[in-house]
Amino acid sequence: MMPEELQEIATIEQVSEQQFQSRIYVCVAAGCLSSQSDQVKEALDKEIARRGLEKWCQVKGVGCMGLCAAGPLVSVNGGEYLYQSATPADALDLVESLNDTPVKRLLCATNIPFFQRQKKIVLENCGKIDPERIEDYIANEGYTALLHALTEMNPSAVIEQVVQSGLRGRGGAGFPTGLKWTTVAKALGGQKYVICNADEGDPGAFMDRSVLESDPHRILEGMAIAAYAIGANQGFIYVRAEYPLAIKRLKIAIRQAERLGLLGSAIFGTRFNFHIDIRLGAGAFVCGEETALIASIEGKRGTPRPRPPYPAEYGLWGLPTLINNVETFANITPIIRKGGAWFAEIGTEKSKGTKVFALAGQINNTGLIEVPMGISLRDIIFEIGGGIPGDHSLKAIQTGGPSGGCIPNSYLDMSVDYDSLAQVGSIMGSGGMIVIDETSSLIDVAKFFIEFCMTESCGKCVPCRVGTKQIYQILTKIADGMAKPDDLTLLEELCELVRNTSLCGLGQSATNPVMSTLRYFREDYLAHIRVDEQESSEVPE
Amino acid sequence: MQPDTGKIAPPSDDRRWRLIGASMRRHGYQSHALIEILHTVQEAFGCLDEDSLRYVALSLRVPLSQVYGVATFYQFFTLKPQGKHSCVVCLGTACYIKGGTNIITAIEDKFKLKPGGTTADGQLSLLTARCLGSCGLAPAAVFDGRVVGKLDNAEVLKQLTHLLKPQAAPTEEVPS
Repeated sequence: MMPEELQEIATIEQVSEQQFQSRIYVCVAAGCLSSQSDQVKEALDKEIARRGLEKWCQVKGVGCMGLCAAGPLVSVNGGEYLYQSATPADALDLVESLNDTPVKRLLCATNIPFFQRQKKIVLENCGKIDPERIEDYIANEGYTALLHALTEMNPSAVIEQVVQSGLRGRGGAGFPTGLKWTTVAKALGGQKYVICNADEGDPGAFMDRSVLESDPHRILEGMAIAAYAIGANQGFIYVRAEYPLAIKRLKIAIRQAERLGLLGSAIFGTRFNFHIDIRLGAGAFVCGEETALIASIEGKRGTPRPRPPYPAEYGLWGLPTLINNVETFANITPIIRKGGAWFAEIGTEKSKGTKVFALAGQINNTGLIEVPMGISLRDIIFEIGGGIPGDHSLKAIQTGGPSGGCIPNSYLDMSVDYDSLAQVGSIMGSGGMIVIDETSSLIDVAKFFIEFCMTESCGKCVPCRVGTKQIYQILTKIADGMAKPDDLTLLEELCELVRNTSLCGLGQSATNPVMSTLRYFREDYLAHIRVDEQESSEVPE
Repeated sequence: MQPDTGKIAPPSDDRRWRLIGASMRRHGYQSHALIEILHTVQEAFGCLDEDSLRYVALSLRVPLSQVYGVATFYQFFTLKPQGKHSCVVCLGTACYIKGGTNIITAIEDKFKLKPGGTTADGQLSLLTARCLGSCGLAPAAVFDGRVVGKLDNAEVLKQLTHLLKPQAAPTEEVPS
């Protein structure tokens, strides 16, 4: 493909889109699909065909619109009206309403904070483009960042923009992306690899899945730019087998990009070659850890190894490898298009840009949101999230999945960024945010996460394999009301030990849910502790 | 002596082995394609039995111990045949908070079935998932590959009865 051809495809697509006077977009991401949105789209197609309106009205399957709990979502004329909980039977009324007043019974207000307070960079195309058509992506400035990078920038200029943007890894730990790219670019060796970590294993997190299902080309483009910057010619996307729709759309996207020459050899007539292959995970949480992920791509058991050497120097098959998360790659194209300085203006001093969160649990507006870094928890939960359902009150917010912690409601005005979250004993993690109300026991929540880590521990190092099991047993004892005061001390000692001596991030952070609940909700634990008759007189309160 | 790569005879003349053969050929019989190949085998046969593990090990020239190690390490692979129908209940955080465990208990009581088990007549397997990523619809479960959200106990039992009904039309709703 030559540069002019890209512009040509974009123009043709834009012209054909403009022919339509009305547009109906139906969400076909996994959330809405499980509420049968495919049947809604089919019914709309049939109704349009029955009335002979094919040339006049476009029905398009698009990616996630965010408000997953209200699915299937249907948007008319680029967001003029948004309909919720649509059924195939509503197709007739929806088509009828195009010339007339909107269908009131299905209408979903779009002037609420849920839509107004968000800032979309990563999700800018979600809900707008058809994820299975590369032409639609190209018509929305797709692959222009890659073109710009390949034809007008040298690799070090690309890295310079990423450094300037201040982007930090969105996989959880928040390592500066520019620094990682610089290290891999400097590493010696001819063959290098780019890996996209799409093994979104945290329960309660579905941001990466949504991006892959709604805008797969954005990831391919981000990876290609990264490959150009560091000097790689082969990429892998390691994606969970539990995400069949994401896998299907990635495969379609790769095939389309290869057919147009946007992946493959001599891209845009330059000497840059890049191929992407998909590797399927097989249900192991630990494979989200980078060295375990590499082992899994090599066809082995996914067990981590000590670092250093880091994958930047010794990665896939012992060669320099760049591993970034899906959301990190999704941020690359806007950074190259609009410049690192533009990105650095968004967010806080040390955490730049936006973050996508999966909002779930006891909250009114469950779904996917993208907010600027530095927003307060209160704004997320009570403004965007619409508060807690029923007459219940907020007890805690769990961020970061099994590696994160529970934040009590006294920290509601805290800024949401990497460093503030770390300070209160939680982590940003990949972006799951679970809201817990006062009806749930936090000991149960801690037990749930420790059980998760216990089962998912790969078994290679002793502190994680044995320690998580012991912690789980003590927590069970506490939950059953059988524990004594000594057990609490033992629990704390054990948590310290597991955190300080485990080999990889799984074990090191597995105790976060326990330690954070012990720190903020100690009285919940104490209420479960059995104090024996004769002892109770001696134990001072 | 090691036989020539790619000339290992499949365990039986079942036509499905051709799929697996083709997949191995596409990956050039490279040992790092092991997980991909196991995915293909499980998709074709429903589980990984000893014959298939031996065949894959010989073809890719990977020690059988390593193939077995990989097959048992990953939760997605199963060595036991599954029931005709499957029900996967999500136990991710959001589903857990919203009562996913109650759903398991309801199924356990009704079908005398534990997670990971299959009913005696081989009709239904009950499985649990770490997270389906459908947290907005919690609690959720997958019935024969179809995700259903916002479940309660009555709805789950209704879905299962529907699933187990002989020749049930998959998309038709049962009038109650």
